[in-house]
Amino acid sequence: MNYQVTEEGFYGDFGGSFIPEMLHSNIDKLQRQYIEIMSDASFQKEFRSLLKDYVGRPSPLYFASKLSKELNTNVYLKREDLNHTGAHKINNTIGQILLAKRLGKTRIIAETGAGQHGVATATVCALMGLECVVYMGKIDIARQAPNVARMRMLGARVEPAFSGSQTLKDATNEAIRDWINNPVNTHYIIGSVVGPHPYPDMVARFQSIISEEMKWQLKEHTGKENPDYVVACVGGGSNAAGAFYHFLEDEDVKLVLVEAAGMGIDSGESAATSVLGSKGIIHGSRTLLMQTEDGQIVEPYSISAGLDYPGIGPLHAHLINSKRAMVFSATDTQAIDAAFHLTREEGIIPALETAHAFAILDQVGAKPEETMIVCLSGRGDKDLSTYISYLDGKEVKRH
Amino acid sequence: MKNRLTDLFERKKNNVLNIYFTAGHPTLNSTVNIIQTLEKNGADIIELGMPYSDPMADGETIQKSSAVALNNGMTLDTLFAQVEEARQTVQIPLIVMGYYNQLIQYGIDRFVARCAAVGIDGMIIPDLPMAIYEKDHKSLFEQYNISHSFLITPQTSDDRIRQADELSSGFIYVVSQSSITGKTGDINKEQEAYFERINAMRLKTPTLIGFGIHDKATKERAFNFANGAIIGSAFIRSVDGANGNIESTIEEFLQGVIG
Repeated sequence: MNYQVTEEGFYGDFGGSFIPEMLHSNIDKLQRQYIEIMSDASFQKEFRSLLKDYVGRPSPLYFASKLSKELNTNVYLKREDLNHTGAHKINNTIGQILLAKRLGKTRIIAETGAGQHGVATATVCALMGLECVVYMGKIDIARQAPNVARMRMLGARVEPAFSGSQTLKDATNEAIRDWINNPVNTHYIIGSVVGPHPYPDMVARFQSIISEEMKWQLKEHTGKENPDYVVACVGGGSNAAGAFYHFLEDEDVKLVLVEAAGMGIDSGESAATSVLGSKGIIHGSRTLLMQTEDGQIVEPYSISAGLDYPGIGPLHAHLINSKRAMVFSATDTQAIDAAFHLTREEGIIPALETAHAFAILDQVGAKPEETMIVCLSGRGDKDLSTYISYLDGKEVKRH
Repeated sequence: MKNRLTDLFERKKNNVLNIYFTAGHPTLNSTVNIIQTLEKNGADIIELGMPYSDPMADGETIQKSSAVALNNGMTLDTLFAQVEEARQTVQIPLIVMGYYNQLIQYGIDRFVARCAAVGIDGMIIPDLPMAIYEKDHKSLFEQYNISHSFLITPQTSDDRIRQADELSSGFIYVVSQSSITGKTGDINKEQEAYFERINAMRLKTPTLIGFGIHDKATKERAFNFANGAIIGSAFIRSVDGANGNIESTIEEFLQGVIG
C-alpha cells in the first residue's frame, strides 16, 4: 500500500483542496512550488542548520527503564519536549518560515490551540523579523495563559477567536479569513497536517525529521533497524505524522494513534474523531470529522487544547481507514493520571496532549522482546496550572 | 424544464439586483415572508444562505446570522419546505448558497433533485473546486437544470476566469475585492481596473459583483461594470435592526438601494 500523497493531494479517499476561490492563488502557488523549494540545496542547508543549532536537534532518544520494567517491554521516548520552545511544533515553523521568505511573504499568520504552535511561529517570526498574528480561541487563551504571554513577549499579536466553540477549529477559521483578506503579503503557517493540499504533506515532511532521527538513534541504541511500535497522540496529527513518516511503508512497524476521549467517547464531550467522525470536509480537506446529519461541524471537547479538534489530518484518516494504524483513546482523567505517572517515574512533565499517548501504553500489547517508541511531543510547563489543580490526592509513594 | 435564472438574464441584461439572506434568520419561520417581500419590492434574484457552522468565506455578519439560524433549528429539509411554500406565490429566481460539506452529507444526488423539486434555480458552493464539479457533478446539475455560479477574485488568472465562464451557468460571481463578506468601504480605482479587465474578456456568462456592495452608491458602481450586483451583509444588518415590522424594513432598505 502507498501512503504518500498523490499529485492532486489525496491519501486514498482523503485530502484534496476544497477551498474558496479567494484562497486559490496562494494554495496553487504552494502546490506548484513546495517540493521544489524544499528540495533546494540552499533551503535544506539553512533548514538543517537551524534545526541543529537553534532548535537543538537531534532530540534524544531515551530508554525509559522504569516504564520498560513496568510494561515488560522496551520503551524509548523521543524527546521532542527538549526542543527549543518545548515541542515538536518548531520543526514545521522553521521550515515554513524559510519557505515563506522564498515566496516573498512579509507577514505571517497562524492558528493555535495549546499555544505551542503559536509560540513556535512567534519565535521564528522574531528570528526572521516578520510580522506575526496568531489566532487563538478565547477559551484556549484562558486555559493556556503562559503561552499567550510568551507569544506577546516574542512580539506576536494574539487575536482571540470568538466564534463557535472558541477553540482550535475556530482559530483556524479566523486565520483562513485573515488570509482571504490579505492574500498578497501573507503566508499562513498551518501548525498541523490539516488543511488543503499541500499543507498535510508539507507539514508531514517538515516533521519527518522526528522519524528520520528515530531510525538511526534506535540503531545506535539497539542495533535494530526498526521499532515494533511507534506511539503518538493525535489531534490534527503533526507529531504523529512526523513520528510515523519514515515507517509508513514498513508494515511490520505498528503505528499507534491516541485520540482525546475527553469525558468519555459516549459522553457527548469528546474529541475522538476516528470513532465519532464520518467522512466530510473541514478546513479545505476531505477527512474524518465530527458532524451532524446535516453536515454541521460538531464542537469537540478535550481537557487538552491541542487535541480539542473535530477533525484529523487526511493522512491519518487514510491510515485508520486502511487499518495501517491502530487507534486508542484516553479520557481527560486517564491523561492526567498518565502525566503524573510519567513525572513521578521518569522525572519528565509532559504536555497534556502528550500525556494521552502515555495513558494507553499498557493496552498496546508489546511483548518483552519488542521495542516501542513513544513520541514525547511536548513539555508540560504550559499545563502547570491544570496539573496543580490535581496535585491534592496525588501524594508520592516511594519506597 | 425552465430555469428562472436563465430566463431572467435573457430578458434583463443590466441592473440585476440579487439580495442574499441567511435562511432561518432572524427567526426560523421568517424565510417565506422575506422572500415574498423582497420580490414585491424589486429584487431580481434571491440568494438563500444555507446556514453553516463554519462559513470560511464569510464575515462576522453572515457568521452571526448563520449561528442564529442554526440555533433557531434551521435544517436543509426545513429550508426546502420553506422554499416549496414560497414557490406557491413567488416567481423570482431563487438560488442557494452554502458549503460543500452540507451537500455531501445530504447526498449530492438527493440534494440537487430536491432543489429542482421545490423550485430552486441555482447554487453557489464556494468551496466546491471547478475540477471536481466538472468531473463529478456537472452532468447531474444539467440533468436537473440547476445552474451553478463559480466565484472569481482579483487574484484569479485569465485562464481560470475562462474556465469559470465555461463551467458557470446563470451568472459568474465576481468577488469585488480580496476579502471576506461584509466590508463597507467605497469601490476604489484598483477594483475598477479589475472590473474593466473582466469586461474586456467579453465573457459569455452574465456577471454579478458581490462582497462589499452595501448601499446605493456601491451598487451603482457595480451596475456600471457588470450585469448586476449582490447585496448580503448590509441587508442582514438592516433586518437585524428592524423594529418589529420586517416588511417595512425590507421595503425601506430596497427603496434606499434601488432609489
